[in-house]
Amino acid sequence: MKSDIILRVVAKILIPFALMFALYVQFHGDYGPGGGFQAGVVIAAAVVFYAVIFGLAAARRAVPEPVVESMVALGVLVYAGVGIAGLLLGGNFLDYFVLDPDPVHGQHRGIFWVEAGVGITVSGVMLKIFYIFAGRGRDFEEDS
Amino acid sequence: MPAEHFPVLLAVVPLVAAPLIVVARSGFLGWAIAFAVAAATAAMSASLLARVTVEGTISYAIGSWPPPWGIEYRVDAANALVALLVSAMALVAMPYARRSVTAEIGQERQYLFYALLMLCLSGLLGIALTGDAFNLFVFLEISSLATYVLIALGRDRRALTAAYQYLILGTTGATLYIIGVGMLYLATGTLNFADMAARLDGVADTRPLVVGLAFITAGIGLKLALFPLHAWLPNAYTYAPSVVSAFLAATATKVSLYVLMRVYFSVFGADAVFRDLPIGPVLAVLSVAALFVASAAAIVQKDLKRLLAFSSVGQIGYITLGISLGSATGLAAAMAHVVNHGITKGALFLLAGAMALRLGGTGFDRLAGLGRTMPVAAFAFVLGGLSLIGVPGTAGFASKWALVAAAMGAGQWWIVAAVLLSSLLAVAYVWRFVECAYFREPPAGAPSPGEAPWEMTAPALAMTAAVVALGLHATPVLDAATRAAAALMGAGR
Repeated sequence: MKSDIILRVVAKILIPFALMFALYVQFHGDYGPGGGFQAGVVIAAAVVFYAVIFGLAAARRAVPEPVVESMVALGVLVYAGVGIAGLLLGGNFLDYFVLDPDPVHGQHRGIFWVEAGVGITVSGVMLKIFYIFAGRGRDFEEDS
Repeated sequence: MPAEHFPVLLAVVPLVAAPLIVVARSGFLGWAIAFAVAAATAAMSASLLARVTVEGTISYAIGSWPPPWGIEYRVDAANALVALLVSAMALVAMPYARRSVTAEIGQERQYLFYALLMLCLSGLLGIALTGDAFNLFVFLEISSLATYVLIALGRDRRALTAAYQYLILGTTGATLYIIGVGMLYLATGTLNFADMAARLDGVADTRPLVVGLAFITAGIGLKLALFPLHAWLPNAYTYAPSVVSAFLAATATKVSLYVLMRVYFSVFGADAVFRDLPIGPVLAVLSVAALFVASAAAIVQKDLKRLLAFSSVGQIGYITLGISLGSATGLAAAMAHVVNHGITKGALFLLAGAMALRLGGTGFDRLAGLGRTMPVAAFAFVLGGLSLIGVPGTAGFASKWALVAAAMGAGQWWIVAAVLLSSLLAVAYVWRFVECAYFREPPAGAPSPGEAPWEMTAPALAMTAAVVALGLHATPVLDAATRAAAALMGAGR
């Protein structure tokens, strides 16, 4: 579909908005519907959209596989890191109250980072799954 | 880290190690991190077990939300013992893993292997330590998903179908468990085991609760390979990488057995389960069937790892038999057999892995004359086999004797007879190995393999030494099991 100019232009216009919407879902998740999981899926969907229009190889250049794999791990580390931060600040594991002098603000800060971790891991996992399935039997073709 | 956080750190440290290993992207670093984490978890569980023995139950509130609203980690003499078994087995397996994994798994996948092993460890420890029914489900899934992939990493292509079979049955089991938990949650309005126990006191025989209990029994029964729900186990243990077979055989089913004990004795209470419902006889019949059918199946296997896997199904029968008695002594015997059989089977699978490294497999045709070519491993294997039979002086005897004594105390003479008769079947399948290793000539023209490298032999021999030591001096395990049984029966009521 690389040769179809309408698709290419529409994709280039839409993808930034999709990513922006993902960030909205991510950060507004505290107050409204949404959160890290949904945002992660939307981010991954934007990259999948890019891959569908411009080809898997282009998507892999834009978001390389090692980056995706690191994202999978990094999100879990962010999540667990919030828990360990609670430990180091004198609370129990995943204790958000101690993350800020104001306990309510501490709760807010805790869930913010936890959701960020969820978002990173979910988008990483979605992309990894997409790359694996899309790459099946095709890697050879694109290399040659 | 201060000791008060050990309950949660036991699950968190391996959980953090797994993504760190993925980021490190190196087999050696992965192994080093996993080794350090296994050592840390073993030290933490040992310290926890020592602490609960002195101080009694430890409660830890995740996120400082007090139970029963928040997730509670509740450590007592029972789950501290299980956690120690799991983490000690992980520690023993780590020095062994380096050579074994290098031989069996491709270089580019090794770091992922160690990451998965850490996830599996985290899941098993989390199941053991959590006091929350839903949190337990989450850790059950973490450990199970990691296990499916670990099994699929086996060299043999049949590992894939074995993993797939386990995936289907394991997921079914987890689903049944969560349906059961849903029933309990609807009836009690709580997910905290201790709180649930307090609310169920005296009202456990209503229809939804009985249905919930049935779902949990079937679901966990699948995970612990209760006969006839064991179909996934032989293939999974046979085709998994050697380290994984050893680690899982010693820990995975044992943790599920602990969950069953927790639900029966702590949440519902022995009276509700064994006096008001016919679970005792049903469990006893299935257990005795496991003793005979699985042990008989073990005799005719052509592969040593497969023989051990069927033997595991049979040995799990002894443990569920102890549970089915519904008494403190029966429960203590079951708990002691969880530990003793875990150690025995861990040792045997480690030895089988050492043989697989040198011989390229564990089919009986390859093992001929092993007594001459790998004398140390063969002799250690015979010692472990004696523990499977339950010969005095081995760990298996101590817990089997406790089981027989508990059955006699309950006046269940047919159980005594079944235990003794089924031990004869164990003699038969252990004899298969003895006959093959000592009374057959090594295959003509085959290269003399020699012993496995010391990194692999030493952990296997250490486990075998533990089998003999715990046979000659059985009191530590029996005392710990008695305390565990008391904790299980007394918790929350």
